Amino acid sequence: MLTFTLKRLGLAVLVALTVSFISFILLFLAGDPAAALAGETASGEDIEAISRLYGFDRPMLVQYGDWLFSALRGDFGESYYFRLPVASLIFERLGVTMTLGVCGISFALLTAVPLGVAAAIRPNSLIDRVALFLSVAGQAMPSFWFGLILIVLFAITLGWLPPSGASSPMHFIMPTIVLGYYAMPAIMRLTRAGMLDVLSSDYIRTARAKGAPEGRVLFRHALRNAIIPVVSLAAVQMGFMLGGSIVVESIFALHGAGYLAWESIARNDLPTVQALILVFSMFYIVFTFLADVLNAWLDPRMRSS
Amino acid sequence: MEKPLLSVRNLTIDIPVGGGTLHAVRGIDFDLNRGETLCIVGESGSGKSLTSLALMGLLGKNIDRSADRMEFDGTELTTASPRTMRALRGARMSMIFQEPMTSLNPAYTIGDQLIEALRLHKPVSREAARARAIELLEKVGITAAASRLSQYPHQLSGGLRQRVMIAMALMCEPELIIADEPTTALDVTIQAQILRLLHDLGQEMNMAMILITHDLGVVARVADKVAVMYAGELVETGSAVDVFNTPLHPYTRGLLRCIPLPGKTARGSTLGTIPGIVPSLVGDIEGCAFRTRCPHALPACQSAIPLQGRPDHAFRCIHEDGKRHDEEAMA
Amino acid sequence: MVDTSTTDSLLREITGPTPGQMLRKRVFGHQGLLFGGIVLAILLFIAIFAPLLAPHDPYAQSLMTRMQPPVFLGGDWEHPLGTDHLGRDYLSRLIYGARVSLMIGAVAALISGVIGTAMGVAAGYFGGRVDMVVTFLINVRLAMPVVLVALAVVAILGGSLQVVIVVLGLLLWDRFAVVMRASTLQVRGREYVAAARAIGASTPRVILSEIMPNIANNLIVVVTLEMAHAILLEAALSFLGLGVQPPTPSWGLMVSEGKNMMLFEPWMVLIPGAVLFLLVLAINLMGDGLRDVTAPENRS
Repeated sequence: MLTFTLKRLGLAVLVALTVSFISFILLFLAGDPAAALAGETASGEDIEAISRLYGFDRPMLVQYGDWLFSALRGDFGESYYFRLPVASLIFERLGVTMTLGVCGISFALLTAVPLGVAAAIRPNSLIDRVALFLSVAGQAMPSFWFGLILIVLFAITLGWLPPSGASSPMHFIMPTIVLGYYAMPAIMRLTRAGMLDVLSSDYIRTARAKGAPEGRVLFRHALRNAIIPVVSLAAVQMGFMLGGSIVVESIFALHGAGYLAWESIARNDLPTVQALILVFSMFYIVFTFLADVLNAWLDPRMRSS
Repeated sequence: MEKPLLSVRNLTIDIPVGGGTLHAVRGIDFDLNRGETLCIVGESGSGKSLTSLALMGLLGKNIDRSADRMEFDGTELTTASPRTMRALRGARMSMIFQEPMTSLNPAYTIGDQLIEALRLHKPVSREAARARAIELLEKVGITAAASRLSQYPHQLSGGLRQRVMIAMALMCEPELIIADEPTTALDVTIQAQILRLLHDLGQEMNMAMILITHDLGVVARVADKVAVMYAGELVETGSAVDVFNTPLHPYTRGLLRCIPLPGKTARGSTLGTIPGIVPSLVGDIEGCAFRTRCPHALPACQSAIPLQGRPDHAFRCIHEDGKRHDEEAMA
Repeated sequence: MVDTSTTDSLLREITGPTPGQMLRKRVFGHQGLLFGGIVLAILLFIAIFAPLLAPHDPYAQSLMTRMQPPVFLGGDWEHPLGTDHLGRDYLSRLIYGARVSLMIGAVAALISGVIGTAMGVAAGYFGGRVDMVVTFLINVRLAMPVVLVALAVVAILGGSLQVVIVVLGLLLWDRFAVVMRASTLQVRGREYVAAARAIGASTPRVILSEIMPNIANNLIVVVTLEMAHAILLEAALSFLGLGVQPPTPSWGLMVSEGKNMMLFEPWMVLIPGAVLFLLVLAINLMGDGLRDVTAPENRS
């Protein structure tokens, strides 16, 4: 278990480094940061001066190394637009995004797992069909469109919920639903498939032969085994969701990290964009790492090996 | 005479399949007294396993089970509520399955699963249940029983897992234990150990046992009664002594010819085989299902076959003695 | 639990339909596949014959006839689905939008399919170091927030149809690699592959004539899923204003433009979004259906 954790940790670090490198060159090769920084009216000499000042004229690898070591110390440079340290800018916005992510994944799990279990208990029943319909529709639903529909319905027509902003828990209801519905179909399908598989297994028959009541068979014996892969998937989805929160935050004007990313891209604010890509990647890497470890701990076969 | 512990009359199991109904079990009767061992023998697909699952009430939802009577110690199982069945299962009638590798829940320790078996039915403390689990693990021949309790199924060999399954089935001291090919998945050397163990425990605890097997060698060693099953029917039932010494149904004799018996089969002589295949059980079946493979088949075998013989040794064949003497004369 | 396999398979052999009949029966018996196939065929037809079908030029502005409602909301048949804020015919823009979506879906899936399949098959076939490297690259790719990276790169390079297609194509190969790697691993061990190697077939030959045909069904399923994925992503990028640029008729862009009028004219958001939803739904249903009917357990 310890070896597994250490190996997995090594992989996570390596992935993080590679992602940071790719995101660095991706953005650096794509545009001239000095020109972006100098503004449209700047002359060639101005741009050169800025280039020298910021060190853009050095070899790219040197610049990357410099950036990486600063990043490791928590220094992501200064935002071109705000003229503030990127780190504090992002840190300030992360609260909203994390809240949204946690609400979203909770919503997804709380709807998907019970639905998946119910669907698996009675395949082809009404509830199975409803679950299937919800998941098929969810996979095809453009989240920005779904968000707008919710706004039209609940904010404009019914006036129950505020259309945008983040100043109260009420503001998070619609974004949570939109973001959660994005993750729900995959989780539901996996829960259903896992439960179906487990329910036809020999050890479930053993549990019934012991005289265990049906509820105990379903939840203690079956779900406990079926949930193991769902944990991994939920972590992956959580990582995707934070990356995808950019769309939801823009629709509902939630000023989180995703919204910051959207603004920064539009403003050509490269240090901020670079740092955000790295931060979102790190979330994914950390979540999948935790999920793998949790998984190994949940599954006795992996725990002891 | 005492009332049998288990009495089954006209048990029928139908499975809806693509092209109609599969008549997997077609009206079987048997009685089992306390402390007795009944062996149900037959080929794969003859309906043995379904019969055992039907007794436990563990058939799938889409499978139809019906019986004129299926009485366990005064409780009619065909009309029993799910709650009643649950109270019986694991407490008064237990089952041991064919696949020890997959029959234990991989997510829980051996101890958890053994303790659960007892505490589902008896209001005992965890400590008492734990003590009982250790006692039974020792009884089924597992060394260092206390330390095994904290192990997970994947850490145990197949033989050990089947011993754990047996211990689990015994936790509540059931009156009836059903073992469905409990040794098929195990190594040959372990098979004998497990069977002896089951047999000895059954005697010691005065349990009735239904042992389902296709291995007649096993039957000869442990059975009090034998029921030979073919294509969903019991073609011959009787005491083990009678069935082995005077097998009346041609199928039983065919089966017996397939096994070497110490002292009876001459070294170097060939063992028998039964030619042909088991007929499909989908759709209506008339007459004797064995007739296509039977050396004594007559046109009359296509009509309904009467049950012959005495209540304690019955067989289903149109020939008066199942043509036993003809075969003996030939041999 | 029921051991009747021998008798059952015998019975099926005698009375059962031929494999071809069974495939046809499964395809036409599968509601999702049928629905998805028909909707997709219709949308494909519309996309191909857009110039013939569109009643107006999708780019022609007319300030006199701005924001006219669709027929069902009291508009006239001149503009059956109304006009947008620049007076452009909504139906015509929707019809041309099908071209954009399908083109992006198809080409992006093609690019990512080639990359991902090459990586996945190589990893599955050669194993060892190759597999390690590919698995690592898949991990790296999965860790990169796809919307954010796509947005950033498209913004820097300038949002044109070609740029969006290439960027999405270069980003969406992960599922191809994962699925093709697993499928190749499965097929690699089979007897016919060993046999082909034994008679001295070259590696490219074994891969092309023994491995590829046997993993093609999985590939088709992933192609559909990634097409849907690419279409949704393009719409999201365009919606955020950093994808396909105006005046190109992209459905995502239409939703974005309609958003400002949402308070009074919700149909401007509802219509293009609904069409997008329908297209992605149809592709997904087809993918799921293809997986169902080609799944090995459904073949006898």
